[in-house]
Amino acid sequence: MGASAAGAAFELKGRMATLSVLRVLNADTNAVLVQLDARLAQAPGFFDGMPLVIAPGQSVALDTPALVALVSGLKARGLTPVAVADLSSEQAAEAGLGLLRNLDAPSPKAASARPTSDSPSAHESARVVTTPVRSGQQIYARGGDLVITAAVSAGAEVMADGHIHIYGSLRGRALAGVQGDVNARIFCRSLHAELVAVAGHYRLSEQMDAELIDGPVMIALQGDDLQLSAV
Amino acid sequence: MARIVVVTSGKGGVGKTTTSAAFAAGLARAGHRTAVVDFDVGLRNLDLIMGCERRVVYDFVNVINGEANLNQALIRDKRTQGLSILPASQTRDKDALTFEGVQAVLEGLAEDHDYIVCDSPAGIERGAHLAMYFADDALVVTNPEVSSVRDSDRVLGLLSSKTRRAEQGEDPVQEHLIITRYVPERVGKGEMLSVEDVGEILSIDLLGVIPESSAVLNASNSGVPVILEEQTDAGQAYDDVVARYLGQQREHRFITEKKGLFGRLFKG
Repeated sequence: MGASAAGAAFELKGRMATLSVLRVLNADTNAVLVQLDARLAQAPGFFDGMPLVIAPGQSVALDTPALVALVSGLKARGLTPVAVADLSSEQAAEAGLGLLRNLDAPSPKAASARPTSDSPSAHESARVVTTPVRSGQQIYARGGDLVITAAVSAGAEVMADGHIHIYGSLRGRALAGVQGDVNARIFCRSLHAELVAVAGHYRLSEQMDAELIDGPVMIALQGDDLQLSAV
Repeated sequence: MARIVVVTSGKGGVGKTTTSAAFAAGLARAGHRTAVVDFDVGLRNLDLIMGCERRVVYDFVNVINGEANLNQALIRDKRTQGLSILPASQTRDKDALTFEGVQAVLEGLAEDHDYIVCDSPAGIERGAHLAMYFADDALVVTNPEVSSVRDSDRVLGLLSSKTRRAEQGEDPVQEHLIITRYVPERVGKGEMLSVEDVGEILSIDLLGVIPESSAVLNASNSGVPVILEEQTDAGQAYDDVVARYLGQQREHRFITEKKGLFGRLFKG
């Protein structure tokens, strides 16, 4: 009896995750930390343990000593730097962090130029779309829910940080909770989707229960499991 | 003010040029001064379908480049009064079309025409984009099969975002659906999408259904817009299309199965 009899000791899975990026706009580490302290004081506890990616801003030369100082400064403030981006692998190794490539892969077109100020509004208003979302079109409701009162065509893609409601047929792709909200859900009147996803957990049409096709369906995440259920 | 109508589809070979020729001839026959413009630079076909290929002296690209004026390039149709054709260039490619050039030509045509029909090339690249950019109305030509419907859906998305009306926040381009090469018998057998299927996916106003017909090929071969072949099913279907576009109410035809002897025997 070899090791083959034992169950798998681990799984390695690709997951979409959301990470905050600390874009360093000043090569002077102290200046960065002083301003950071002011920000942390505004929201005590909110940033505790937050994983961070450190990336230099455009035309900012972040050298290795400054990077190392920054990393220890962040750790001292309860933050968790996990990786660097747009720096060399030598610098990443020196700082004891991972290296992310392609951090700035083409991001979905911004939904609208809504100001992202620190307004005290209790909720983000949902984005409402009343015209069909055609093949090749992409709609992203940043920071909130997406409500579509028409059909989403095959080859179209709709995304939201929050829930997605579709009051027509869903034939394209719908991705809710794209910033990692595991409580986000997708609701549609008629399911013909190519792909649905919540917080990076996705399901293809060929993996969907045939009985649900063409009917009204809710898609939600339960643990690591994407559940499709008739509503 | 002339109304600009683009005939478009995304997919090739679905009947854009046939539709452009028939639609333009139908508008002219109804008394409207109409110009039909071939945007398919490099793959010139409209002149063949209109039967004026031997009368082409100057073309669209010559006018854009200032080598000829509009009047020199426009071909007056001999059969239908009030109908002119602006042929594409066969020796150039779509890059010869410039935004300013197309705009100037359309403005020139608008001075003495009521309708300008733009026959779009297939695809969604430069030629097709310029053909739809200035449009007020769009005739979206679709065959009743999934890839054609998908491409038309893509084009509808472009019409609502990449046109002058969309960019300037004016009323959107009026979209009309024309389903061509329709065979009710094959729909009955489940080999072809039905009018309802296509209508549900694209959800735009249905202007007409053109049946699959040998009349279309015959008319093309003899260089006559099929709408002028009044005895044929396709000719009558295009006549309905033009009448509906001009605001008349007409019942949709050619969408139900003609029951042959066997059909009657077996379906009771």
